[in-house]
Amino acid sequence: MYPSTFEYYRPSSVSEAIQLLSQNPDAKLLAGGHSLIPAMKLRLSSPTALIDITRIPGLSGIRDAGDRVVIGATTTYDEVMRSELIQRTLPILPEAIDVIGDLQVRNLGTIGGSLAHADPAADLPAVMLALGAEFKAIGPNGERTIPVDQFFVDLFTTALQPNEILTEIAIPKPAGRTGMAYEKFANPASGYAVVGAAAVVTLGNDGRVSAARVAVTGAGPYAARRTETEQALVGQAPTTEVIKQASQRASEGMTFNSDVFASDEYRAHLTRVFVGRAIAKAAQRAQG
Amino acid sequence: MQITVKVNGVAHTHDVEPRMLLVHFLRDVLNLTGTHIGCDTSQCGACTVLMNGKAVKSCTVFAVQADGAEITTIEGLARDGQLHPVQEGFWEMHGLQCGYCTPGMIMTAVDLLQRIPNPTEEQIRHYLEGNLCRCTGYHNIVRAVQYAAEKMRA
Amino acid sequence: MAVTKLFGASVKRREDPRLITGRGNFTDHIKLPGTLFMALKRSPHAHARIVRIDASKARAMPGVVAVYTGQDLVDKLAPVPCAWLIPDSDLKVPSYRALAVDKVRYVGDAVAAVVAENRYVAEDALEAIDVEYEVLPAIVDQERATQDGAPQLYDDVPNNIAFHWKLHAGDFDSAWNQAEVKLSRRLINHRLIPTAMEPRGALAHYNPGTGDLTIWCTSQNPHVHRLLLSAVTGIPETRIRVIATDVGGGFGSKIPMYSGEMLASAISRDLGRPIKWFESRRENYVATIHGRDHIQYVDLAATRDGKVTGIRVKSYANLGAYLSTASPGVPTWLFGLMLSGAYAILAVHVDVFGVVTNTTPTDAYRGAGRPEATYLLERMMDLLARELGMDPAEIRRKNFIPKEQFPYTTATGLQYDSGNYEATLDRALELVNYQQLRREQEELRAQGRYLGIGFSTYVEVCGLAPSAAAGAMGFQGGLWESATVRVHPSGKVSVFTGSNPHGQGEETTFAQLVADELGVPIDDIEIVHGDTEMIPFGMGTYGSRSLAVGGTAVIMATRKVKEKATKIAAHLLEVAPEDVAFENGRFFVKGAPDRAKTFQEVAGAAYLAWSMPEGVTPGLEETHFHDPINNTFPFGCHICVVEVDADTGKVSFRKYVAVDDVGNVVNPMIVDGQVHGGIAQGLAQAVYEYAAYDENGQLLTATLMDYAVPKASMLPRFDVDRTVTPTPVNPMGAKGAGETGTIASTPAVANAIIDALSPFGIDHIDIPLTPERIWRAVQERRG
Repeated sequence: MYPSTFEYYRPSSVSEAIQLLSQNPDAKLLAGGHSLIPAMKLRLSSPTALIDITRIPGLSGIRDAGDRVVIGATTTYDEVMRSELIQRTLPILPEAIDVIGDLQVRNLGTIGGSLAHADPAADLPAVMLALGAEFKAIGPNGERTIPVDQFFVDLFTTALQPNEILTEIAIPKPAGRTGMAYEKFANPASGYAVVGAAAVVTLGNDGRVSAARVAVTGAGPYAARRTETEQALVGQAPTTEVIKQASQRASEGMTFNSDVFASDEYRAHLTRVFVGRAIAKAAQRAQG
Repeated sequence: MQITVKVNGVAHTHDVEPRMLLVHFLRDVLNLTGTHIGCDTSQCGACTVLMNGKAVKSCTVFAVQADGAEITTIEGLARDGQLHPVQEGFWEMHGLQCGYCTPGMIMTAVDLLQRIPNPTEEQIRHYLEGNLCRCTGYHNIVRAVQYAAEKMRA
Repeated sequence: MAVTKLFGASVKRREDPRLITGRGNFTDHIKLPGTLFMALKRSPHAHARIVRIDASKARAMPGVVAVYTGQDLVDKLAPVPCAWLIPDSDLKVPSYRALAVDKVRYVGDAVAAVVAENRYVAEDALEAIDVEYEVLPAIVDQERATQDGAPQLYDDVPNNIAFHWKLHAGDFDSAWNQAEVKLSRRLINHRLIPTAMEPRGALAHYNPGTGDLTIWCTSQNPHVHRLLLSAVTGIPETRIRVIATDVGGGFGSKIPMYSGEMLASAISRDLGRPIKWFESRRENYVATIHGRDHIQYVDLAATRDGKVTGIRVKSYANLGAYLSTASPGVPTWLFGLMLSGAYAILAVHVDVFGVVTNTTPTDAYRGAGRPEATYLLERMMDLLARELGMDPAEIRRKNFIPKEQFPYTTATGLQYDSGNYEATLDRALELVNYQQLRREQEELRAQGRYLGIGFSTYVEVCGLAPSAAAGAMGFQGGLWESATVRVHPSGKVSVFTGSNPHGQGEETTFAQLVADELGVPIDDIEIVHGDTEMIPFGMGTYGSRSLAVGGTAVIMATRKVKEKATKIAAHLLEVAPEDVAFENGRFFVKGAPDRAKTFQEVAGAAYLAWSMPEGVTPGLEETHFHDPINNTFPFGCHICVVEVDADTGKVSFRKYVAVDDVGNVVNPMIVDGQVHGGIAQGLAQAVYEYAAYDENGQLLTATLMDYAVPKASMLPRFDVDRTVTPTPVNPMGAKGAGETGTIASTPAVANAIIDALSPFGIDHIDIPLTPERIWRAVQERRG
C-alpha cells in the first residue's frame, strides 16, 4: 500500500520526456497509472523516477484521419468509449473497453499505457491485433511506426525501446461488409481476460469471408494473431461448421498460461470456444 | 513537491512527497477520513472519489497527479445539509450495513447516474464492478441506485 | 396519543446518516498527536527456522524509532491465547508468539515489528530488515499432515494432531448394518478468507503517567479483547479501555485476539507513545484468520424408501499453524452437534481431527461449523435422492422433524426450540414455481441447455448461549449478554449494550425494542456500544446472538426500569403500584386515565428525588445480565436455479428463492439485508471463493486480484420471504438472522449445479464449482 520513494517529473513535451527517460534509466512513464501504481503499492515495481506524460499537449485525443482513426496514447478508455467516431467506425473498441477493469479504471486508464505495458491478460492487445493497428513511437532518434504484428514481443515486453514513447495508435477504418466482435472470459477476481478473443471479419459480395483477423489475449504469454484460424475462414462462407472448424485451429502452436484459476489445458479449450464465438458474432454483424 | 488541489470546493496547497497516494493526502493531510481504504490492488473501490467529475480510485492516483484537479469526496456530496439523492437512496433502501464500502459505492453511483440517468439493473451491477461490498450482496445497493435515479429524474 | 409499535417495522437505520456522509468512526480515522506507525515483517516461508534477524539497517533509517523482534518481547508479551479448550479431546495448545521466536510456521507469521514516524517509512524499514531463514519442509494438506513422515510443526504435537474430538450419539453401527441403502463419500469443504471490507487495525495509547492503555481496534467483542489484552500484557483490566464503535464488517474475523493488537499495546507501553497499526489487504489475507477447510468422510445409512437412519462423519479440520482464539470449538461443537440438521436422524457419530499445518490459522467465519455441517448433509440428501430416484424436495420432506414434535431433542442432545420445516419448503416451492420449472428443465435439456434446481433445507443453531453449555464445551467464557438502561432526568434514554454491532443495525433495532417498552420516541433513545469504559461487560456480536441474547438483556433491563418507574409514579399519583397502568409512555391510575404522569415526568422525579416512595433509591437506571435458557434454531428452505454452459463450465444464476423462519422479526428491512448478504457469501463459497495454497505453503490467492469476492455483476437478485414460528426462548420470540443465508446457500447453489449436470451422469463435484472443474467433469463424462 506504500510505494517506495521516487522522483516525479512532469514534462511538457515529448522531447523533454525522452530526455528525462534517457537521464533516468530506472524511470517509468506514468500515464493513467492503473497498471503501474498497483505494482508500486505492492513494491513489485520500485522505479526511481516517474515521468508523468499526461499533461503533454497533443498526446491525448481522437481524430479522424481519412481512412484511419488516430488515438493519442494518453487518451483514456472512457474517452475512447464515448467517442462518437469510434462508436461508428470501430465498435469493437467500446465493446472491449466496456469489459476492461471497471468504471474507475476506465476513467483514468489510458490506451497507450495499457498497450505499452503489454499485460498478457489485457484486452486491447487482442483488439489492436485484430484491427491491424499501427503504433507511432518517438525516441531520441526520432519517430517510427511499428505495425501491431511486431509490437507484442513477450510477457510485458513490446517492441518499444527503453527510451521510446508510444504517442499514437492509428487504426484503419474497416472497409466494405466488415463485422467485429470481442468475446471475453473474465477472471472473476481481477476482471482480466482468462481468454479474450477479437475478430474482425470482412465479407465479399459473394458472402464469403474475404479477410479475417483473429487474435487472442490472456491465453498465452502475450496477445497473438491466430493465423491458422484466419486462413481457415478466408474464402469460405461463415457457416456454423466453418467457424467451428476454424476455431478448432485457434489453439494450434500456442503456449498457454496456467494459474490457480485456469490451467493451460482449460485455457486452450476456452481459446477455441471464445474465438468461435467472436468470429460468429463478427460474421453475423458483417452480414448486417 | 507543492500541489494545489481543490477538494469539495476548497483549494488546498500542500507540500507532499511524490509517493503519497491521493487517498492518504485526503485522509492524513486533509483529515477527510470518509474516503476509506479496503485493499492494495485497486480492486475494492472503497477509496473512490470524483476527480474532475469522474469516479476514480484515490488509492491508485498519486497526490501529485491530482495537482490542479477538483476532487469531490463523500464529505462534499451533500449540499446545504441536503443529502445527495444517492445518499438518500442508500439510506432509504438499506443499501449499507457496516458502511465501510459505502462512500466509495456512493461516489461510483454518482458517476454512473451522470452517464446513464435511467440505468437497467444489469447496467447498475456492471458499473459497480469496481466497488466491493461484503455485507449486502448488492441487492439493496441496486435498489438504492434505482431510487436515486428515479429521484434525480423527477 | 396512540404510539405506533415499532416491533416489526422497517425503521430506517439510525447509524446510516454518519456512514453515508463519510463521518463514521472507524479505527483508522482516529488520530492522536505523537502517533508512531507500526508495520510487521512477515515470513515469506511457510515453515522455517529463524537463523538470524539483522535490523541494524532499519534501525538506522531516518524516521525509524524502533524495531522489535520476537526475542525482544518474550518477557513483555504472553503468547496469543486460545480460549476454547474443548474437553476430552487430548487438546494440545502450542505456544503462539505475537512475534515468532526460533521458528515460523506459516507465510505471514510475524517476525519483527517496525515503528516509525509515518506509514511509508515503516514500510521502507521492513524492506531493510534482513532475516536469514533455514527453510523446512512444509505441510498444507491436513489429512496428509496426520500421516507418518509428514513434516512436524511442533515437537509436542505428534502427527500434527492438536485434538481428536468425538461425539457418538445413538447406535450408528446397527443403523449401518441394517441399512438398505449405504452411501459413502469424501467431501471437501474448502478454505475461505473472510474479507471484511475494513481490514484489521489498532491504535494503542499507553499513558505512562496513569498506566492506562486505551486501544481503538477493529473488534466484534471489545470486552473479550480487553480481558485477553490484560492477560497477555499484564496490565490490569481496570486500566485498559477498548473502543470499537464503527467496525467495517467482521464475519468472525474480528473475534480473535491477534498479534497486531497485542504488539501495538506492548510497544506503546514500551515507548510511551501512541502506536497505530493498520494492515494492508495482502496482510489481511495471510494473517487474519481463514475459515472452513474440512476434509470429511461421510457414511449415510437409509432405508429404501428414503428415510435416513444414521450418519457417520470423520472430519479432518485444518486449524492452520496455531490455534486461534476460538478455533478448537468451531469444527467440533459448532459442526458436530448440527449433523442431523432438519431431519429426524437418530444415530450421529462424529470424529474430528484438528490438525495443525503450515497455513494461516483458521477460526470462526460466518456460520462457523454450521455451514460445514449443512453442506455435508444437504449434499448427502441430494445424493440419496439421486440413488433412490426420488425428488430432492420429497426426500427432505420425508425426513423432516414433524412440527408436532417441537421442542425436539436431537440425537446429539440439542433441544430445537421451535420449527415448522415443511412450511418453508412448501412456500419456497410455490415461489419458485417448482413443477413448471421442472418442465422447463426437461424442455431445455432437449435443446442441449442445462438448467439446475438446488435445494437446501437447513436448520442452524445460533443466539450462542447459554453459559453453562459454553462451560461444558470448554469455552473459556460465558455466553450471556449485558445491558444497562439509563434514563436521564429529561426522560431521554441511553442504552449500553455488550453486543457490538458492525453492520447488523442494533443501534436501530435495540432502540425499537426500548421505544416500545417505554413508549418514548425512538429519537429519545441512544444505543451505546463498543466502549469498555461505558458498558458493564459484553460478550460481543457473533453467532447471530445480538438480538436473541443482547436484545433480551436490553428488554429485561428496560422492564426493570419500568418497574421502578411504576413505583415512583404510583407514589406521585398517591396510589398503590398495583393500581397504576402504563401505556404509550404514560403512567395512569387504572380506571382514572386522567390521573397520569408521563414517563418523562417520572424520570425527572426520580432524579429530583424530593419525594420518593419508601425503599426506592434516586435515579432511574438498571442493568441486566441475560443468560438465555437455550439457543435459537432458525431454519428455512433455499432454492437456487442455475443454468450451466456445458462448453465453458460457466454458471449463470436464474433465480434464488430464500424462505427463512427466524421467528418474530423486529425490523424486516434489516433481516432481509442480513439474509441477502449471507446468501452472497455462501453462494460465493459454492462457485467463486477459495483460498488456495501451493505445496510449499504459499497462498496463491493472496490478493483481491485472485480471491474472487463477488462483484455486483456476479450475483443474482434474491427473492426473500419468511414464515414465522416464534421461539419460546426469549420474550421477543426472535431467532438470529445473521448467518442463515451463509449456512443455507452453499449447498443450494452446489446442488443446483449438480442437478444441471445430471444428464451427464454427474452426481458430485467438490466445491468450489469453478468453471474449469465443471468443464472437466463434463469432459470426462463426454469422453
